Amino acid sequence: MSIWGVLIIAFLAGIEGVIDEWEFHQPIVACTLVGLATGNLVSGIALGASLQLVTLGWMNIGAAVAPDPALAAVVAAWWVSGPAHLPVAAGVILAIPLALIGQGLTQGLRKLIIPLVQQADVAAASGNLHRIDWILRLSVVLQGLRVLIPTAFLMWIPSAWVHASYHLLPQVIQGGLRVSAGLLVVVSFAIVINMMATRQLWPFFFIGFALATDGHLSLVALGLIGVGLAILYLRLQDGGHHDNGGGNNQTEEDELDRELDDL
Amino acid sequence: MATEQTKPRQLTLGDQFLIFGRSGWEQAAWNYPRLQNLGFCYLMIPAIRRLYPDKADAGAAAERHLALFNTMPYMQSLITGVTLSLEEDHANGKPVSAEDISAVKVGMMGSLAGVADPVWWGTWRPILSAFAASLALSGFGIVGPLVFFIGWNVVRLAFRWGAQRWGYRQGLKVVTALSSGMLQKLTLGASIVGMFVMGAIVPRWTRVKLAPIIATSAHGSLSLQGMLDRLLPGLVPLLLTLGCVWLLRRHVKPLWLLVGVFVIGLGGYWLGIFR
Repeated sequence: MSIWGVLIIAFLAGIEGVIDEWEFHQPIVACTLVGLATGNLVSGIALGASLQLVTLGWMNIGAAVAPDPALAAVVAAWWVSGPAHLPVAAGVILAIPLALIGQGLTQGLRKLIIPLVQQADVAAASGNLHRIDWILRLSVVLQGLRVLIPTAFLMWIPSAWVHASYHLLPQVIQGGLRVSAGLLVVVSFAIVINMMATRQLWPFFFIGFALATDGHLSLVALGLIGVGLAILYLRLQDGGHHDNGGGNNQTEEDELDRELDDL
Repeated sequence: MATEQTKPRQLTLGDQFLIFGRSGWEQAAWNYPRLQNLGFCYLMIPAIRRLYPDKADAGAAAERHLALFNTMPYMQSLITGVTLSLEEDHANGKPVSAEDISAVKVGMMGSLAGVADPVWWGTWRPILSAFAASLALSGFGIVGPLVFFIGWNVVRLAFRWGAQRWGYRQGLKVVTALSSGMLQKLTLGASIVGMFVMGAIVPRWTRVKLAPIIATSAHGSLSLQGMLDRLLPGLVPLLLTLGCVWLLRRHVKPLWLLVGVFVIGLGGYWLGIFR
């Protein structure tokens, strides 16, 4: 039962890893679902949340392919919540090579699928729209199999072996893995920061850092301060452009409202 | 196209809803030379069926939407809306050529992806998922994943439907509206919030503790971590993060950063720096 559940989740995550819509492939969703399927929800959520912080900077932009959280989240969660019962830190570390395998499979499928897409050209030339529909649906299935097949393969490894090989590791390595799992998040943070950072935005980073070291402020409160600062900044910048901005208040409000809606 | 004066061909709300439903599958057939081409053609099919009863016209329309296409998938809904309005004009014999339609698509896809990628992938997803992860790790359990899943999808679906409707109603006026600088402002605002929240996340959610004890006395011991916590908590994560940003700026691959941080963690524990 739980094995079939995990395979269904792998299929969904495989589709999502490419179409990026419902976000079933994000560890916080995928690991939670695997935890649910294996009847070990608590460890599934713990792994999902920890792994989410490691993967939150991985994004597919333009034609680039980032490491794939789908395969990583499902298989790591199977090893943590399933009968192998690995600790969460080991799951986070194992997720990294799995994500690289997933990335390679994504890139491979993007090439393999070319003949199928050419079939759509043939269908279009003869006005056969129905066929185009089915070619796309077939590619959806292929994306799901992209993660389902390697997941099934890795689930074949007896859980007792996975469990035993982790416990063969010397204590110093196990402790080191725990420390590394806590540290790996900085790479994702750096990717996100690197994407946005410009000279004029760095002060906001340090204000956020300084405020967060006060443990009394919740993340929601910090978010509100951030939104407030952004509105102030845009408004002041606007004021500079057209003197006192008296006549432009209306449009300015509208834009800010839209910004608020989107944030 | 429409030679005799018949009722103008028009998309029904049902067609638009079908297209909205299909728009989420756009990336499934992502392929190298032409990227999201098949996905875009697939989502246009309900419109093609409605607007071009003639098989040859329908084939031609499908062929033009099989051309190279790539944008940020959610912004595609806005492009879809505009394209629907143009296709409708084209089918009704208004002065919109097939080339015009392709040119508008190509013109919008790059600039929209450029402003939307940092907002959706660079700001909203990291912030929402970090918030959800922190809920899950601080004892709220299943609430964390639910907040992420529901929060993300409600915003995404509302945005997609709104953008598609707006694009369809306004048609080419969207292009003028977008060039007013409103989008740039939105991206800047999102980046400010993003930078601020990342600054807050770095010290809160990097788990690292320094091990060395500096001094021991009868009253207890003073650890290096204890001292740092009084001066500037989160200093170690801050330095590590800034180091990674510095290396990324020098085109070091993220994979090597992951390997490097992994080695620092293992080695640091072995040497007794971290605990």
